[in-house]
Amino acid sequence: MAQASATKVGELAPPLELRDTDGAIHALPTPGEVPATVVVWTCNHCPYALAWHDRIVQVARDYEGRGVRFLAVNSNDAERYPHDSLEAMRERVASEDWPFPYLHDETQEAARAWAAQVTPHVYVLDPELRIRYEGAPDADHMDPGLDAAWLREALDAVLAGSDPQRPATDPVGCSIKWK
Amino acid sequence: MRTPRVELLWWEGCPSTDAALAMLREEMTSVGLDPEAIDVREVSTDTDAEREEFVGSPTIRVGGRDVQPLPDEPIGLSCRVYRLPDGRISPLPDRAEVRQTLTDAMKGGD
Repeated sequence: MAQASATKVGELAPPLELRDTDGAIHALPTPGEVPATVVVWTCNHCPYALAWHDRIVQVARDYEGRGVRFLAVNSNDAERYPHDSLEAMRERVASEDWPFPYLHDETQEAARAWAAQVTPHVYVLDPELRIRYEGAPDADHMDPGLDAAWLREALDAVLAGSDPQRPATDPVGCSIKWK
Repeated sequence: MRTPRVELLWWEGCPSTDAALAMLREEMTSVGLDPEAIDVREVSTDTDAEREEFVGSPTIRVGGRDVQPLPDEPIGLSCRVYRLPDGRISPLPDRAEVRQTLTDAMKGGD
């Protein structure tokens, strides 16, 4: 089943409230609470998501001191794709050092509301939770040297209070596994 | 010298098919095989995946042998995770590994 509608840059982000791998509930910050928020749709078993993962993690670490909040969401159908079950997500977080919560979108309602298409699919929100960038982390999943440059550009612009020069790119990755 | 059967199985949920096909054609050409002889087959249903023992897209088989066998991987419609020799994760197999599989099969290693 395809997503219901397309999320657009410039619009307010849809609500997001999901449990992480420990059962704790995480939501978007309240307007004005943080200078920027990054929401990344990802998963456990997509080569594109895995190839970009370390770069996204590094961005989270690099911008942590500036108050940027990161949330990772997995919406894949775990029944048909056991690699993306809550238990598998929990095991992954336990074996790796994640600097942000890994949220389980079991109903896939969040993915539909956000019109997330693939993993990874990156969104950057400004302090008022308006979407200011949507797309891929950078131009090539196979080149770690690109260092998630598009995501960093967008974050730098939002933190400076300006418009990202590149507000949208085509997200590249594995399709979200709909129920 | 044998001419092995070369298969490329793909699923539309992964964007790597065109790149996989291009790489496979280049490597077939480089070892003297006809790049147009690839048996390209779409795997679009769970039934297809079961029948083909499909563990992800793209899957490349030469003389029936997977270029990077994954015996413990569940069968299903998904994207394959390949490991390159330098440790990077990739949606495509290593080019040299593909070439080696082709040459092994041509020598009768299949």
